[in-house]
Amino acid sequence: MVTGQGYKGSEDYIASKPLMEIVNVSVALGKPLVIKGEPGTGKTLLAHSISTALNKKLLIWNVKSTTKAKDGLYVYDTVQRLNDARFKDKDISDIRQYIKMGKLGQAFKSDEQLVLLIDEIDKADVEFPNDLLNELDEMSFHIPELDEEVSAIHRPVVIITSNSEKELPDAFLRRCVFHYIEFPDEEMMEKIVKVHYPDIENKLLREAIKRFYWIRDVDGLRKKPSTSELIDWIKALLLGGISTDKISSEIPFLGAILKNEQDTGRFIKLSHAQGGGFGFKRRF
Amino acid sequence: MFTDFFYLLRKKGVPVTVTEWVSFIEALYDGYFQASLNHLYYVGRAFLVKSEAYYDMFDQAFQEYFGGIKTEGPELDKVLDWLENPLHKLPKMTPEEIAEFQQQLEQFRKEHNMDELMKQFMERLKEQKERHDGGGKWIGTGGTSPFGAYGNHPGGIRVGGESWMQSAAKVAEERRFRNYRNDIILDVRQTKMALKKLRELKREGAQEELDIDETIDKTAKEGGEIELVFNRSRENTVRIILLMDTGGSMLPYTELCERLFSAASQMEHFKEFKYFFFHNCIYQDVYEDIGNYKRIPTEKLFSQFHKGYKVVLVGDARMAYSELFDVNGCIDYFSTNDKPGIEWFMKIKQHFPNSVWLNPTHKNFWGHYTVDTIGKVFPMFELTLDGLKDAIKALTSKARPSVLS
Repeated sequence: MVTGQGYKGSEDYIASKPLMEIVNVSVALGKPLVIKGEPGTGKTLLAHSISTALNKKLLIWNVKSTTKAKDGLYVYDTVQRLNDARFKDKDISDIRQYIKMGKLGQAFKSDEQLVLLIDEIDKADVEFPNDLLNELDEMSFHIPELDEEVSAIHRPVVIITSNSEKELPDAFLRRCVFHYIEFPDEEMMEKIVKVHYPDIENKLLREAIKRFYWIRDVDGLRKKPSTSELIDWIKALLLGGISTDKISSEIPFLGAILKNEQDTGRFIKLSHAQGGGFGFKRRF
Repeated sequence: MFTDFFYLLRKKGVPVTVTEWVSFIEALYDGYFQASLNHLYYVGRAFLVKSEAYYDMFDQAFQEYFGGIKTEGPELDKVLDWLENPLHKLPKMTPEEIAEFQQQLEQFRKEHNMDELMKQFMERLKEQKERHDGGGKWIGTGGTSPFGAYGNHPGGIRVGGESWMQSAAKVAEERRFRNYRNDIILDVRQTKMALKKLRELKREGAQEELDIDETIDKTAKEGGEIELVFNRSRENTVRIILLMDTGGSMLPYTELCERLFSAASQMEHFKEFKYFFFHNCIYQDVYEDIGNYKRIPTEKLFSQFHKGYKVVLVGDARMAYSELFDVNGCIDYFSTNDKPGIEWFMKIKQHFPNSVWLNPTHKNFWGHYTVDTIGKVFPMFELTLDGLKDAIKALTSKARPSVLS
């Protein structure tokens, strides 16, 4: 049973209740957890938070467009071996010294259970996740050069993040538990900001958040501001000693929220035409 | 236990597999679930639904089965259904009528408050019990009520349907995850996957790939002294020009086109990717920006880019007869053209033999004179995943251009 114990968020990370429950179930079942969501909703931070909360070491595998699945398992440095073969001072008959474990290999071989973060898996080639199917399912892989099987001593807690740029193959997703982090609502956002700035004045916070969501709702922004932008902005407001009234009448440090020239232009144009209220999404 | 739910999910379109269902049931039996509907909802969803695109369908199925989660009432779906099949086709309008209409629209915007209109809309949504076509009060197709589709009340609220006068101030949308559904349109990844088929691999660029065979050869010749030989890695040499229609009738497809555009521009493996815009039809100029301010002569396309470039035109190909066939038929008031648009299209086709037209509108709506004509110049495909695949086939299967660079 996982009730009552397990992951409950950590001091510096607020997790929604469903997310906590899903983390706990996936940890208990040893299934990889795939996290998707808008940029800046704390996908990567979740792994850090799980690692702190459960007191387990964190291994991060940053995936790039050139990353191959095999890199995560092990690398056999043939060129080095070839090079060493020219000199007599090294014994090259032992292949083992040219085999270097990748992040997944390290996680499998570790004596304690680790948290393994496979960050931004969608950046790699489309075939990448498929190449990891068996490895993540069985938590073991084979090294043909040594004819050896590496299997996990302790199944690591695997957290996989993905930006919605590319979708992951079905066969891969079947083996995982999936959660989409929604953009936090205003109430949740208040909690999140308070984690970062515990002393912030309530009135200022509320006004800033109100403004922030208002900007987010502007139609057709190229990049919607995310949590991290809000936190930067609030930091700027605090450092600048901006009063609450000023936030409601104008928007200081707009550059902290909108990072794109077109967005800024569009926003300024719209806020001038605010009287008509046209161009804003309306909720009903 | 719950097996009906499994079938219900599948019926609603969530692609749950048996494997996923079994691991969900196992987790259930092993006591990993708390006895709470909320828990079942969230954790069950994590097991059974693997993309936010299906969250909406899961919500619907869950509500139907457990009845606990609140989703919006079925009214809107019903209304959308009425609007899907308009009894009246879109009316044809002369430019004077359009101008008059736009004036009315301005007037309407001045006089009416959007909030008020929205409130009225919601009220009427509740009251209305049946389909309406024509008429001036209820939500329906045709007619002059401010609510509905295909009608001509300036500035009213369009419910689904296609915008044909930019007049719809709001497309009503409900349910939280509805926007994430992907069964209607292609997503970026699918587009990218399709575009990946567009490639011609050639060795170009820096030498950075280790050529093992050559290395062994050379090393043996050198008597064991290691000699590393590097090769150029193979690169895609495909060059693409994208020409996009930014006309008002394309407005409903903006997002779709944006997706195609972002997929294409994110493709790192194209050798070159150029894009230009046009308004309804191409004349002596195309534009470098969506706003159609920075013009460059169409002739320049011919002088700057050789015929090895593949050209993809995106547009609804639907325009006034005069825009395509007449001198000075250009829709923009201040523009003139001394050659009709169709001649420019033929010129493009002549210079770039590998060119296709992608049309975001449904094939059923292609029965229009200008669409047919353009379809005869360029092979025309629907802007759907299948259409895109066919278009790419057409782009690559043609005889390779004989003169390159």
